Amino acid sequence: MTVTNPATGLAERAARRTTAPLARRAGLSDRAVAWLFILPTMLLLLAINIFPLIWAIRLSFTGLMANLPGAARFVGLDNYVDILTDEDVWANFQITAHFVFWTIALQVLIGLGLALLINQKFRGHSFWTTVILLPMMLSPAVVGNFWTLLFQPQIGPFNYVVGFLTGVAPSSFSMIGSVTLAPWTIVLVNTWMWTPYVMLICLAGLRSIPDYIYEAAEVDRASPLRQFWSITLPMVMPFLMLAVLFQAIQSFVMFDMVNLLTSGGPGSVTETVSITLKRAAFEKWETGYASALAVILFVTIFGAANVYVRALNWVKQQ
Amino acid sequence: MRMNRTNLSLLCCAGTLALTLGASSAQADGKSLTMCWAAWDPANALVELDKDFTKATGIEMKHEFVPWTSYADHFINLLNSRSAECDLIIGDSQWIGGAAENKWYVKLNDFFDKNKISMDTFLPATVVGYAEWPKNTPNYWGLPAMADAVGWTYRKDWFAKPELRAEFKAKYNRELEPPKTWDELIEVSKFFTGKEIDGKKVYGSYIFTERGSEGITMGVTNAMYNYGFDYMDPNKPYHMTGVVNSPGAAKGMDVYKELFECCQPPGLTNAYMQEGLDAFKSGQVAMQMNWYAFFPGLAKDPNVGGDKIGFFKNPAGPTGQFTQLGGQGLSVVAASKNVDDALAYVKWFAQPEIQQKWTDLGGASASKAVLESDAYKNSAPYAPSFVESMGIVKDFWAEPLYVPLLLDMQNRVHDYIVANKGTSQQALDSLVKDWVKVFKQEGKDPS
Amino acid sequence: MSDAPTPRPFSEPSPLARGLAGAAVVLYAVIAILPLLWIGATAFKSQSDAIAYPPKIFFTPTLGGFVDLFTVQTHQSHDFIAKLPAPQTWYEKIVRDRDMVIAGPSRVVERFLNSLIIGFGSTILATFLGTLAAYGFSRFRVPFADDLMFFILSTRMMPPIAVAVPIYMMYRWLGLYDTRIGMILLYTAVNVSLAVWLLKGFIDEIPREYEEAALVDGYTRMQAFRKVVLPQAVTGIAATAIFCLIFSWNEYAFNLLLTSSDAQTMPPFIPFIIGEGGQNWPAVAAATTLFLLPIVIFTIALRKHLLRGITFGAVRK
Repeated sequence: MTVTNPATGLAERAARRTTAPLARRAGLSDRAVAWLFILPTMLLLLAINIFPLIWAIRLSFTGLMANLPGAARFVGLDNYVDILTDEDVWANFQITAHFVFWTIALQVLIGLGLALLINQKFRGHSFWTTVILLPMMLSPAVVGNFWTLLFQPQIGPFNYVVGFLTGVAPSSFSMIGSVTLAPWTIVLVNTWMWTPYVMLICLAGLRSIPDYIYEAAEVDRASPLRQFWSITLPMVMPFLMLAVLFQAIQSFVMFDMVNLLTSGGPGSVTETVSITLKRAAFEKWETGYASALAVILFVTIFGAANVYVRALNWVKQQ
Repeated sequence: MRMNRTNLSLLCCAGTLALTLGASSAQADGKSLTMCWAAWDPANALVELDKDFTKATGIEMKHEFVPWTSYADHFINLLNSRSAECDLIIGDSQWIGGAAENKWYVKLNDFFDKNKISMDTFLPATVVGYAEWPKNTPNYWGLPAMADAVGWTYRKDWFAKPELRAEFKAKYNRELEPPKTWDELIEVSKFFTGKEIDGKKVYGSYIFTERGSEGITMGVTNAMYNYGFDYMDPNKPYHMTGVVNSPGAAKGMDVYKELFECCQPPGLTNAYMQEGLDAFKSGQVAMQMNWYAFFPGLAKDPNVGGDKIGFFKNPAGPTGQFTQLGGQGLSVVAASKNVDDALAYVKWFAQPEIQQKWTDLGGASASKAVLESDAYKNSAPYAPSFVESMGIVKDFWAEPLYVPLLLDMQNRVHDYIVANKGTSQQALDSLVKDWVKVFKQEGKDPS
Repeated sequence: MSDAPTPRPFSEPSPLARGLAGAAVVLYAVIAILPLLWIGATAFKSQSDAIAYPPKIFFTPTLGGFVDLFTVQTHQSHDFIAKLPAPQTWYEKIVRDRDMVIAGPSRVVERFLNSLIIGFGSTILATFLGTLAAYGFSRFRVPFADDLMFFILSTRMMPPIAVAVPIYMMYRWLGLYDTRIGMILLYTAVNVSLAVWLLKGFIDEIPREYEEAALVDGYTRMQAFRKVVLPQAVTGIAATAIFCLIFSWNEYAFNLLLTSSDAQTMPPFIPFIIGEGGQNWPAVAAATTLFLLPIVIFTIALRKHLLRGITFGAVRK
């Protein structure tokens, strides 16, 4: 997508350079530099990501309980069978899927919409963009926590504002306490937090579309809607898809916000898989079981992301 | 600042330097002990009390307080990894089983004998609850430190309003008084729910509904105990079928659910200690379930304290009158590097005058001498019902694996009471299955 | 550019369209910011105002929340307080009025300091390593480059809670539990994957011709990197740094599980600022507001880089 800078003079000089390595060029060879630059990152990732992952896989085949003394017993696939046949766990996956789907859908709609509007470059758009970014800069845990105050029917403002706008009595509904509303409440708060992120990335995508393409379309008398469909959307798509990828992974593993907002309740209607995992791992100390669940989660995300990235690369080539 | 290599390396060096400086946390020059507990008002009172210990012995007292919601996770983690971070710990009554079997605490029998500290000077329920494992055997792992139980507060000023009294008498043919049974509790709660008092709509009562740690369990047991729930057959250890899920137990759960649905202020579906205090102090409820530990603060509250507040013990049910035990015991961490100094603290803490001062400052001594004195009964409006409550307490499992037991109950109870899943009988049947599974892991023979 | 006059070039929307767009965006921004304004206001409410029913929009501001945040207090009896000397400072007075006495400073400053050290430390480290690795992947023919890049991305796919168990055991064994350096390493490892992906995009866009020319002129590869590439990548580095900082600053789960007191940062601390039995809302709101400030300042300072820099592959007009 670049327009290379016409530094033709330099390019010619570079081409004319002989390929024989210049003995007087001191310093490390390219190969050494490459290794030096890449190795630290790889080592860090190996130590802190891969090694624990392998350890977790190993643990998943045991019945280890980290708070009891004694070595781990090998239990083979028992943990996996337990998880995959537990209807409560399937329910949790469903809850997580509902959460991820709806928050991504809303973030894309609102984020892209905002980006399109901001791209009109009205006066003060830079300031208001920064304002919109604020929710994204908060800690999800702190957000989950203070929204419990905001959603309190008696002492929090949310119900009163809704009541003011729609005439419904503020104490007649509870965003966090209702079995029907709670799943939407977590979608709402998550969308509030992360829409700015999608907006930002879409904005970048929009800004990368060269003006001359639109001008050419104008000459061809394409309507604004047509321009949107054939130019804007396809060219923003790779950016949008990247944002969706990062956000989907992140929502899937979201723990802090949901745990502090609803504790997975009422009952278990907002208990996402991450919460189940945390409870198994750090409250019940069923380390083996929790590791198996973690592996299942990882495989799911990995598989889905793999497919997705291939699709993304295909779109990029269009 | 330009992000070039030089500046980057400078920043990194500065960062590392800061780290090294920060990492060398000053180890006290003199002797010191670290005391660990939950972060709440009584903990602040302990800080005051410990100043006396420092004056008497020169040993500095450091305190490590963790909020209730992560208290158990945090410290059980610590104890399990044999960390020496805490020398002394005021651990929850539930931890005793795990602490004894995993040798997290120092066994105190010899120490008590040598220093003539007798468990008879403490209320029996607190000795069983905070010190003994196995239960009802003279094996002591802690000194009862904080006596606590579930109790109730009510708006005395509202109960005294003549028009309300008249209305209540006409409707129920008895005086409007603090309820003595759960049936009365529901009647009074329904009576107040929806009334306009001081210009605001109020609700009858506040009960625990918290999902994440232990809240709803600590609340529902106050109903269930009094309708026939018990943990196991007293004659057959770990036999739970028919006992945990008896029809009486299910009825007790239904009663709690009825109170939740009729009279709980809206939105309090995941509420524990602070929300109750907030609801009561802001004038939303006529009655509130909470721990006695908070009652001293409530009695002094500018909005609802003084003459406006009254206290009563947990109401009775058809099969008896029990209340949920709270409270903690003081123990010496076995992994501590200062066991002797820690034991010296325990000896100091056990002295009668220190126990008295502890209560005066805002703690709650479990010592008979303090609680059964006439001075105490008259010292505060909640004192009489507190002493009575400590006589009728019942505790949750204190097994080493109590956490999964608690989490399972939290799950089943909250699912039924707040999320309307299934029936109470079904919830308890599932709970028995859950608990059998946990006990099998512990190597017991459950049924 | 076409030479036939066009009625209105696309790049300039009509004033009406602009006005409507602006209004819509401002409306969204105001609605989105209201919750934060409420929390900001709560920081200045008294405890009873914060939980007033119905909620109060107008109230007398007080600094009680901030005092609660920075101090530890105990209840005392009236007599005890009457016997004390008169309060010396304004904050003591606020506390005494509530029948409480200040028992000492709270640990919030330590937590804030930890957030600064761990947040900025891991951001600097991740950006540094990320820049190097991104340059390596961009300029050199690394074997299995695509697979390695996907591997780097995949490290983000493991739920933090899941890796937390083995990392917890590993850290305990290595003595990194509850240490700042342990948290810095961990956050760096998480951030570096995003950093490499973002920065590779930026560095790919910097024409190779400049470095080639520099190499011809006798610079070593390292010098070419430092003098030619880095200055051009500043925008990308700044944008990456912002995203890394946002993560490290706000991370909760790992910090909660892998620290106890020495290395604990603000996010695990804030939701549990206690009153008598749990939340002290004015203090929590005060902490939330104060905690938000550094990152807002950092982002505003680098704002131009952020908005411009996210454009991987912008056309240089």
